[in-house]
Amino acid sequence: MWRQVVALIVKELLVVLRDKQSRMVLVGPPLIQLMVFGYAATYNLNNVPIAIYNQDNSAPSRDLVARFTGSPTLQLVAVLHSDRRIDELIDSRQVQMVLVIDPRFTQSLLTRVPAPVQVIVDGRNSNTALLIVGYVNTILSEFALAWDAAHGNPGPMAVLDMRARYNPTLNSQWFIVPGIVAVLTQVVTLLVVGLSVARERETGTFDQLLVTPLRQFDILLGKCLPGILIGVIEASVIIAAAVWWFDVPLRGGLSALYLGLFLFVIAVTGIGLMISALAMTQQQALLGAFLFMVPSIILSGFATPIANMPAWVQDLTLLNPMRYFLVIVRGVFLEGSSVSSLASQYWPMAVIGVVTLAAAGWLFRRRAY
Amino acid sequence: MNAASLRRLRGLLRKEFLQILRDPSSLAVAFVLPTVLLLIFGDGVSLDARNVPLALVVERPDTLTASFTSQFEHSPFFRPRRFFSIQAAERAMAAREVEGIIWLPSDFTRRAASSGNSPIGVIVNGADANNARIIEGYLQQAWANWLVAQARADGRPSPLPLAAQPQVRFNPAVRSRNYLVPGLIAVIMTLTGALLTALVIAREWERGTMEALMVTRATMREILIAKLIPYFLLGMGGMAASVAIAVFLFDVPLRGSLAVLTGASALFMLAALGMGLLISSFARNQFVAGQIAIITTFLPAFILSGFVFDINSMPGAVQIITHVVAARYFVAILQSVFLAGNVWSVILPNAAALAVMAAIFLGAARIVTRKRLD
Repeated sequence: MWRQVVALIVKELLVVLRDKQSRMVLVGPPLIQLMVFGYAATYNLNNVPIAIYNQDNSAPSRDLVARFTGSPTLQLVAVLHSDRRIDELIDSRQVQMVLVIDPRFTQSLLTRVPAPVQVIVDGRNSNTALLIVGYVNTILSEFALAWDAAHGNPGPMAVLDMRARYNPTLNSQWFIVPGIVAVLTQVVTLLVVGLSVARERETGTFDQLLVTPLRQFDILLGKCLPGILIGVIEASVIIAAAVWWFDVPLRGGLSALYLGLFLFVIAVTGIGLMISALAMTQQQALLGAFLFMVPSIILSGFATPIANMPAWVQDLTLLNPMRYFLVIVRGVFLEGSSVSSLASQYWPMAVIGVVTLAAAGWLFRRRAY
Repeated sequence: MNAASLRRLRGLLRKEFLQILRDPSSLAVAFVLPTVLLLIFGDGVSLDARNVPLALVVERPDTLTASFTSQFEHSPFFRPRRFFSIQAAERAMAAREVEGIIWLPSDFTRRAASSGNSPIGVIVNGADANNARIIEGYLQQAWANWLVAQARADGRPSPLPLAAQPQVRFNPAVRSRNYLVPGLIAVIMTLTGALLTALVIAREWERGTMEALMVTRATMREILIAKLIPYFLLGMGGMAASVAIAVFLFDVPLRGSLAVLTGASALFMLAALGMGLLISSFARNQFVAGQIAIITTFLPAFILSGFVFDINSMPGAVQIITHVVAARYFVAILQSVFLAGNVWSVILPNAAALAVMAAIFLGAARIVTRKRLD
């Protein structure tokens, strides 16, 4: 019996790997996407174009301006001499921020009245706006601290001593790149599995499979394992790239990671097989794969936290295997999580895998004749 | 285009419209899909941290520490929990029960009263770096407010030498939904555009009716135009539904004019349909077509369009790549038209880019799609 299943697996792999175009699609695009998205998907601030309008031409205000122009994150593109161009620069997106220093800046500092500093930010991307405001606040606090120290002022009674665990420099690439492992693994596995049965049905070879000595369980197994194999290999390549190319620290054990990966790929395979069993043509299977993939990526916590979603959407995400795998990948990579601390993430994926595979099997039986 | 050609076109159009009306699946893709997706995503996609679980460790409680911690009790941003030791709080963070820790050591009040600069320990979980930065920003704000309030209560001058006045244009409440929902419309319309055209051409091949069309006198150009017009109208209908949802359900302000929005949407829809046509006539088998469709439509529209991730912050090489993503130009126009108004310096260059992309995709699709039998 095993010989026959192995033969079916070999045949499935050949179908995907024999065609040059299909082979290319499995190898090239995921790697290109990893490279492009690994750098593109960032919440770090870089090259933020800014303009400065300094109405107080004195040593302290020039010192403050120097702290802005010297920052590697900000890029000075315009020095203003009146407030006329501020709106135009912001509206046309030539700058994302304008710093306006009040004419009474130095006078206020010396008389210990809070010196007004206006920070105008383009809010069309409100997340970037928040990050810029936070970054500017840090520069202003550093300036204030240095000013107080140099002028013998007592300083505030308490200061914040902020630290970040697991990712001390708050590099968002460490968060996104492990997420890409999950996204790309799902895309590849879902397409390999999702189209396999629909393809056979469309070309009529599914009926031929049914009249072979293989039992239905064997056929199901033969359809699953190639997808699982390709998914795990693809994921391994991306994990290797995350560690050696993107230098994301891998703090936990590979066993915790691969247990999660294995369960995730099984769950995705189950969903792919269900789509495949429901679809009459490859076209429909493709549509189904698309319709599952888009919400599963957007509602997975990949780019926006699940905690920010309203309760009913959060409940919906419980059905999404990627949600659990993202916690596992990021936990193992950054926090060094162990198998036991991730137990609550493993079992829901196992349940999803078992249920979808059983449903796919049932659908096959119903659709077979 | 002569009279005979026009007559053929009219006949083909009639066929397409009848097909759409009789087979609800394309209506579903054009209207139901975008509205359902927008309803779920519009509610689900948010970067505004609310109710962040926060550990408070106060080693020696007194009135000063209480004045600091009380501001977290009724804040919409935080859900504070008390811990009796920093070790217990750290364990809770490791178990992902809290996202941040505020630690007031036992000598906090003594140092605040004597030398000043008494340290308040803040530890955030940095795994989600963006969320961590947002939480740090909230805490910084809370700290500054507390210092000013304390000084005022004691009748002292403000302890901070600078008074920063941040002013967030176009979105003063810094609601992330206001910029994410317009971006989502671009992502969803990319998807529907590609899916619609996938339906358009592939269905004819599948049913064998493409061959029937080929033996008629209709030219490939007429067949393509007859396909494009009805699906273009369907796509625009879906677009209108999405805009209505954004404005009336999600309260995103629409400050620009509807005419500009319609014009930009029409250009984008043409580009998206053209791309879909190109893909569906390019790839030999459906597995490859599917991979290409996902690689060239949904994922770039999601990641490379400026929808969530700011294009300015990407490395130079990646910024160049974003120029071939049609959604990039549409997202820029949508964010400006919704939040800022008719800013011509943003709209015109991006609309021109969309027009160029639409021309290239449609032209290429016309060249690639031939009367062929295989």
